[in-house]
Amino acid sequence: MKNFITLFLLLALSGGVQASQGVELQEADIDLTDNASLQRGAKHFVTYCLGCHSIKHIRYLRIAQDINVDQKKMLNDIAPEGASIYDQLHSAMNAHDAEKWFGTQPPDLSLIARSRGADWLYSYLKGFYTDKTRPYGVNNIVFEDVGMPNPLWQLQGQQKPTYKTVDGQKSIDKLVLEEHGTISEKEFDQVVNDLVNFLVYVGEPMQLERKSMGKYVIFFILMLLVLSYLLKKEYWKDVH
Amino acid sequence: MKPSRLTLCGNWILERFPLTNLWNEHMAHYYAPKNFNFWYFFGSLALLVLVNQFLTGILLTMNYKPDAKLAFDSVEYIMRDVNWGWLVRYMHSTGASAFFIVVYLHMFRGLLYGSFKHPRELIWIFGMLLFVALMAEAFMGYLLPWGQMSYWGAQVIISLFSAIPVVGDELSLWVRGDYVVSDATLNRFFAFHVIAVPLVLVLLVFLHIVALHEVGSNNPDGLDLKKIKQTGRRKSDEEEEEKILRGNNPDLKIMDSIPFHPYYTVKDLVGVAVFLLFFATVIFFMPEMGGYFLEHANFIPADPMKTPEHIAPVWYFTPFYAILRAIPDKFAGVIGMGGAIVVLFLLPWLDRSKVRSIRYRGGIYKKALLLFVISFLALGYLGTQPATPTATTFARIFTVIYFGFFLLMPLYTRWEKSKPLPKHLTYQPSLEERLPALIDTFHEVTVLKQVQLQDGTVVNKRRPNARGILNVITRLAIKLKKSLD
Repeated sequence: MKNFITLFLLLALSGGVQASQGVELQEADIDLTDNASLQRGAKHFVTYCLGCHSIKHIRYLRIAQDINVDQKKMLNDIAPEGASIYDQLHSAMNAHDAEKWFGTQPPDLSLIARSRGADWLYSYLKGFYTDKTRPYGVNNIVFEDVGMPNPLWQLQGQQKPTYKTVDGQKSIDKLVLEEHGTISEKEFDQVVNDLVNFLVYVGEPMQLERKSMGKYVIFFILMLLVLSYLLKKEYWKDVH
Repeated sequence: MKPSRLTLCGNWILERFPLTNLWNEHMAHYYAPKNFNFWYFFGSLALLVLVNQFLTGILLTMNYKPDAKLAFDSVEYIMRDVNWGWLVRYMHSTGASAFFIVVYLHMFRGLLYGSFKHPRELIWIFGMLLFVALMAEAFMGYLLPWGQMSYWGAQVIISLFSAIPVVGDELSLWVRGDYVVSDATLNRFFAFHVIAVPLVLVLLVFLHIVALHEVGSNNPDGLDLKKIKQTGRRKSDEEEEEKILRGNNPDLKIMDSIPFHPYYTVKDLVGVAVFLLFFATVIFFMPEMGGYFLEHANFIPADPMKTPEHIAPVWYFTPFYAILRAIPDKFAGVIGMGGAIVVLFLLPWLDRSKVRSIRYRGGIYKKALLLFVISFLALGYLGTQPATPTATTFARIFTVIYFGFFLLMPLYTRWEKSKPLPKHLTYQPSLEERLPALIDTFHEVTVLKQVQLQDGTVVNKRRPNARGILNVITRLAIKLKKSLD
């Protein structure tokens, strides 16, 4: 009988089913308690992403409260010019223009970290390489033929792929920096990591609260377990 | 002494409503076998999860919008802006999966101890109807978040109706209310999920329990503890006599039985606490359960123009989904999937064994059940995976085993030689009594070794002991082989 339970649990607990399309993902270093990283991430997001992508499920106020920034600083340093603290992170680009320029509306990123995962986002943002056949001159190693330019190219520089041949099939081995950007590779990794950290936070803003509350709930249930076990023992004393 | 106002109030009700009788009949004087084991927790747990789903579901409907334009955003609104909304939503989404885990284990208990056999056939039928209603409830509820997987899962499953000859297309159109899954579908699914099917569920739970309490609970030994009166309704003087026997003299009881309350209420409370421990762990620390309880693709809003590359139903449907895909013809597949559930209804009549419990059955049933469990789990796994040729071949093999278990049952249960039944309920050590033996095993598989730490101090640490592990594995293997004979 135990075997069945073990098998059942194994089935239920075995890892996620997210498809990675054969590319090995790089690991993002996610730490939602790191407010400095989240603040940098928020700023990077507004600077490099908000032009096209919204995060409509969160407001500047909520972010300010959660990542410990005061509201004035939020409006002056992070939020775009003219935004109200009560605004959601709406992109200024309208749907009509978006369809004209990109063929489709860039997706809202509120839940992108939950549908794609942090590592995928991290690898994706680092995965652009020059490809003259694409309309924006770049392709992506994680998301082939993606309809998005590399928004961080100035920071990162240009990458080009090196190829390997396995079983007669040519495929991309890795990306190497062809032309340096305005910041070093290490600094760039930090920028991307901060961005992903921020996206993971906006995917589920209450997740730190959830985890910390969970400890108390588990403790309470453990107490309940001990008490109910003792109660059961007391009642069952006379059952033979 | 003057009775208090509360007592008077209570008496006023009791004179007009048979509350005492109800309580006694179903709790305090409902006698249950005293050797219920681990497998008997899941009935009360299913009831607990049902209540959880009702309460959290009602709270969710207060902020959810059953509208194709608003549904997805309203769920995120609940997750972010409604006070405690995230907790309520996770309790509901985790509760859905927990419901199926609990119900599958509850049904497996029936297979182990023959709880579906005479005279409990009707309990099993009600239970199976409950299972079908639960699947409908879960399927329709899954559309409501209006994510990609909600949408395309519903699209795939509803289109299965169109495989039915002649009326198929009309039927699927009628179910959807549109040519594709749309706002009309969402609205009607909401209506079914929130009121129609829950009413059916409550009614069936009531029938399931009333039928159970009429014939009494089965037990791990599958023994008959009291004769069921053939006349149907009990004669009133007999009833009176029984009431006196049971109620006023606790020493006089049905063989090997104890009153459900307080014995099993306090025992089930322990089960509830253990269950909640797992339940809360999932809710607070892994609400997506690695993409099995909340699928990753369902965090993308439904898009009728974009089909996801891989559509899989939620894990609790995957065994049946795998059977559907394993059969090459679409209509035959639909029949196969439906048949996989219909055969379960027939179980009381397929099983020809003279004994109920697996403890006294012959080896064939044990091996057949083991094969069945393996094939059910394997089908469940294959249902989550893309259908490659190898996977399909395996799914076909397991589908054959799945049906073989049921359809060959009249033969192998008749052949096999059952063991003699004991006169009384047998007693097996509980987990807590096995604890010393478990600790001994731990000592056997590990050995104390001196380990030098990095700072130079030497401490004794337990390290795996190859010889001990081998011994334990051999012992377990021999035990397993013996228990399968």
